[in-house]
Amino acid sequence: MSESLLAVRDVRKAFGPIKALGPVDVDLMPGERLGIIGPNGSGKTTLINCISGFHRPDTGSIVFRGEDITRMPAYRRARFGLSRSFQIPRPFLGMSVFENLLVPMDYCSSAETEKEEIERVEQVLESVGLVERRDHPAELLSQLELRKLELARALAARPRVLIADEAMAGLSEAEIDDVLALLLKLNASGVAVVMIEHIMHAVMRFSQRVICLETGKIIAEGSPDEIVASPQVQKVYFGEQTRR
Amino acid sequence: MKMTRFIIVALLVFATGLMLPKVVSNPYYFYAGYVVLQYVVIATGWNILGGYAGYTNFGSSAFFGAGAYMAAFLFKALGVSIFVQILGACVVGMLLGLATGYLTLRIQGVYFAIATVALVIVLETLVHNTEYLGGASGMTHLADPAPAWFGGQTQYVFCIMLGLAVAAVVLARWIEVSWIGRGFRAIRASEPAAEASGVPTLKLKLLACALSGGVMAAAGAPYPTYTSYLDPVSAFSLLIGLNALAMPLIGGTRSWLGPVIGAVLLASVQQLATVTISSEFNILAVGLVLIAFVVAAPEGLLGLRFRSRAA
Amino acid sequence: MVVLDLVLNALATGLMLGSIYALLALGLAITFGILHIPNVAHPAIVIAGAYAVVMTNRYGVDPVLAAVLWMIPFYMLGILFYEFYARSFESRGGGNTLQSLTLFFGASLVIEVALVVAYGTDLRSVSVGYVGSSLRLGFVAIPYRFLIPALITPVVVFLLWLYLTRTNVGLAIRAVAHDERAVSVSGVNPAAIKRHAFGIATALAVIAGAALVITGPIDPFAGRIHIGRVFAVVVLAGMGTIPGTLAAGIIIGIAESLVMSFMSPSWAPGVAFAILLATLALKPTGLFGAGR
Repeated sequence: MSESLLAVRDVRKAFGPIKALGPVDVDLMPGERLGIIGPNGSGKTTLINCISGFHRPDTGSIVFRGEDITRMPAYRRARFGLSRSFQIPRPFLGMSVFENLLVPMDYCSSAETEKEEIERVEQVLESVGLVERRDHPAELLSQLELRKLELARALAARPRVLIADEAMAGLSEAEIDDVLALLLKLNASGVAVVMIEHIMHAVMRFSQRVICLETGKIIAEGSPDEIVASPQVQKVYFGEQTRR
Repeated sequence: MKMTRFIIVALLVFATGLMLPKVVSNPYYFYAGYVVLQYVVIATGWNILGGYAGYTNFGSSAFFGAGAYMAAFLFKALGVSIFVQILGACVVGMLLGLATGYLTLRIQGVYFAIATVALVIVLETLVHNTEYLGGASGMTHLADPAPAWFGGQTQYVFCIMLGLAVAAVVLARWIEVSWIGRGFRAIRASEPAAEASGVPTLKLKLLACALSGGVMAAAGAPYPTYTSYLDPVSAFSLLIGLNALAMPLIGGTRSWLGPVIGAVLLASVQQLATVTISSEFNILAVGLVLIAFVVAAPEGLLGLRFRSRAA
Repeated sequence: MVVLDLVLNALATGLMLGSIYALLALGLAITFGILHIPNVAHPAIVIAGAYAVVMTNRYGVDPVLAAVLWMIPFYMLGILFYEFYARSFESRGGGNTLQSLTLFFGASLVIEVALVVAYGTDLRSVSVGYVGSSLRLGFVAIPYRFLIPALITPVVVFLLWLYLTRTNVGLAIRAVAHDERAVSVSGVNPAAIKRHAFGIATALAVIAGAALVITGPIDPFAGRIHIGRVFAVVVLAGMGTIPGTLAAGIIIGIAESLVMSFMSPSWAPGVAFAILLATLALKPTGLFGAGR
């Protein structure tokens, strides 16, 4: 366990009387593809908000790259290699796609020349397929392109871990394949990916290991096959979410 | 590269201004021009926080007044030159911005805006109760005679204000094209996304507060010299706070040019209008223009231009 | 003995003042506290209400009765104003704080100047029999011009609290504040509910205006000094708690009154601001608010 890239230990979070999360333990290995599933309100978003620094956990610790980051502010976690995307894309409106990517470039990568920065942005644009949108304002992007921009912005910060929060919600099947391919390519370059997703077949296809949350606790953990077969998961998840 | 060219042009504008006292003889033009330039500085300063970073300051007159009173205080207590007065005003404005920002910005933007409204009242109260600063009735401020080259105090403060305006615009433009400005715009668009992209949002917001406050206070520093008199009602005038907000909104908040256009337009109109209409109608007119722009053209005149180009 | 006398009088005055501040802040507790609309024009609307009361009082109508009569037209005006606001912003995809604040800021200026144009800048007051006399309780003298308006607040707070917690519409208002989507799913039109709530807040401004003008004369700009104060009351109370508003108002009133008695009346305007900043810095959820 000691070589895990990210270790969440005994993390709990309550909002007033509502116990949103925990206690929860999660480990992420370098280069791993981890899926997190669970019905609405099961604590998925709270968990990644705790990991990425948007909530401060009530108890427990989070260790990343051997350093305790439990009290580190979100922006420093981003600089330290922990990137996230948002469930609802939050582009920097009023800026071009190119400028959107310059922001994490400016604030996350140290001591690069302007030329290197631009090259790196072009590279990220290339890898997500937004090259021809380079100078368009973010307002003009389609839903798929916004999702890609969201991921591209996370990539521009040169992460060790990418947390993709429902990066595929609302996309068509072909578009889902598109984003999945992108995440796989990214993972192949050595970035560990945590995928929070409602779209079952996508998580199961993508992940090496899956965690299922329910009312703030982990109720099942294992390979995609094990998770699909797990009676607990079937009960709380598939029993409830009949629409998917 | 482009920034250098911008600075050269700015310096040329300033140099041209320095020649004006030798060319234009009627002091009224300097008297009126001073006010227009003063608003260029105020609007530009306001826009650093309000436009780039998206945090509304309703209390610009608090910063302006603090700058004016700091200058008057430094002159009365130590007899320092107007440049030192400006520097002192700048420092006070930055500290004031920093303190207000630190206390309110961690929560929600609305609170910052409300705090700035109340800040004006507090500073006015403070001055009212400080005898050394003349209390409610005000204080005279008889500055040293201006250098002979300028031919008069009015021409002199005009040129100083021109210098401040040029400096403020260069600062704004530099922020705009630098990584700092990118951070500000990211904050304006989405604070969580900015934070997730490594932007230290609180620190940057405080920086914006300090810079904005410093520039607006600097705009107030030559004011006592300009009028030779300083009283709380005119130093903390509502019209200043209102104009500071209206001018960038009219011109456009996204680039340095917007506040400049807005200030030149609105301040010139006001200079012409005060001769003919009362100050109440002045406020009413600005209020209505403000509502009209917020509702119909939230990106200001520059925004209209871009919109028509995009269509 | 003299000090005790002073303290007791200061406390009594503070209690009265605070109660009146709470009334001034009540409309804002709805618009800002519950609906999250930063209505900085509220104090200006209060002054407009006070002018309506003053003008009616000229015909010999009691100010409190006049205020109750004026509530209906002000409710309608509030609805129109909200419609204008909502059509300008909310339909455009949510209130950008800068823009909506600016709108209300502009609106408050327009209201003030409209009053100047209509009635001039002279001080206006109401004439009622009890102004000038005081209730004496031992050391303490309470002028009726403070006592009467101060007694209105608990009544209004109680009625409003009943309305918000015991009626379906009241519950819907609080539900809208909590989760707009959930309410629209349950078949209630959130826009109509918010409009209604804004109307009530505006109607409450007339009552507050009547109370304010009974305490002393006003001019068109009299609302300005209250902007920081009413927001201080709402924030100190905790967003959206109605009984908390009364308590917070009284705390601020007593603090101001003590400063007035033991330092100088000219320092009083700073008190509310200091309390506002202290609250924001130390306990941003307020004294009685639930953390969100």
